Amino acid sequence: MKNKDLLVAALQNGSVIDHIPTDKLFTIVKLLELEKCDEPVTIGNNLESNKMGKKGLIKVSDKFFTDEDLSRLAVVCPNMRLTVIRDYEVVEKREIVLPDTLINLVKCANPVCITNNEPMKTYFEVDKLKGLVHCHYCGKTQKLGKINLL
Amino acid sequence: MENRSIVSIADYSKEKIQYLLDMAQEFERQPNRTLLHGKVVATLFFEPSTRTRLSFETAANRLGARVIGFADPKITSGTKGETLKDTIKMVSNYADVIVMRHKLEGAALYASEVTDVPIINAGDGSNLHPSQTMLDLYSIYKTQGTLENLNIYMVGDLKYGRTVHSLLMSMRPYNPTFHFIAPKELEMPEEYKDYCKENNIKYIEQQDFTEDTIADADILYMTRVQKERFSDLMEYERVKDAYILRADMLGKCRDNMKILHPLPRVNEIEYDVDESKHAYYFQQAQNGLYAREALICDVLGITLDDIKK
Repeated sequence: MKNKDLLVAALQNGSVIDHIPTDKLFTIVKLLELEKCDEPVTIGNNLESNKMGKKGLIKVSDKFFTDEDLSRLAVVCPNMRLTVIRDYEVVEKREIVLPDTLINLVKCANPVCITNNEPMKTYFEVDKLKGLVHCHYCGKTQKLGKINLL
Repeated sequence: MENRSIVSIADYSKEKIQYLLDMAQEFERQPNRTLLHGKVVATLFFEPSTRTRLSFETAANRLGARVIGFADPKITSGTKGETLKDTIKMVSNYADVIVMRHKLEGAALYASEVTDVPIINAGDGSNLHPSQTMLDLYSIYKTQGTLENLNIYMVGDLKYGRTVHSLLMSMRPYNPTFHFIAPKELEMPEEYKDYCKENNIKYIEQQDFTEDTIADADILYMTRVQKERFSDLMEYERVKDAYILRADMLGKCRDNMKILHPLPRVNEIEYDVDESKHAYYFQQAQNGLYAREALICDVLGITLDDIKK
């Protein structure tokens, strides 16, 4: 626990994404394009977790993710935790929840959907109960675990 | 101004459906009106469809409108790389209403979002075809005197047939009982069976298509079993003649039973059925004219009272 506190507390300004399933950590790293980030980045995996057994964690200095960034993450992996730190203080701590609609994040799996053939934004409604996303345009549904991001 | 486009009628209320049926009935009484004098109706057929286009253009002409548009996508700027959005924006400068058919699913909904000119979806891929549904509903209403509590038998290609999917959803408020008669490869997709379950719509699935299995039908909705839909051609050869309606299968059917078909037919209804009092598919196509007159007026804000004046 002491080690975990240190990891978070060491940030002066920035964001921590915690409770990442270990098999999703590098997908999340890629989605956030952290390889392009010039600020200090700490990536930990297979860390001990009371809740999950093992978990991944990402800590980025001077980086504050947009709602769109976080929505992309939630599509791949719901229920991660975001902590925002400013001046060594935790100013926000919340679960990264999947939004009710996904705008221009997901590619429709239907090749004859208008969104795959016209320069336009995709729009999906999320059915969290069934774990499905529903294309606003062609009406086709996809399972959350099997979707492709744009 | 509120966009009055008709992309789908699947979620229309009973009241709205009845209103459109009443309108269609009024147009059947007198199809030729001058309600659209001075208006321009654009028919944009990005995918060819002679039947639907002629029906819409006849409806517009009988209402006194001028018609512009194209019947062949090869002559449009789409072939030069113009987007659907740009074509719709351009035509919106000229027309009061746009009737469009497109091969891509969701095209009509997208078009309705990029213009203030009302769009009527004349079919978007295998997705929706609300004017066909409207004429189906009108045909059922006209022949049965009601849409309530009917036994509707859907036969043939229930997997890809958008007309049966749209009809199924539009009948939701009327307590229908559906019988889905189809070969295994072309049976009703799970999502529509789920729709029935969620909305307490009764349905029975069967593969046998005989005189006895259709005896209780009020409506027999035939569709074409197309060879290209089968991944296994052996399976096609096995079932291709199993879903053909012949006159000798009508001996036990109800007196009020009517046979519908979205047309064109190939061989799924034998020609000897045409003479039967149950055959209704040609009148059904004619009803399309009245249904489409009603839809064009509705999107332009012309009311039933305006029509009756």
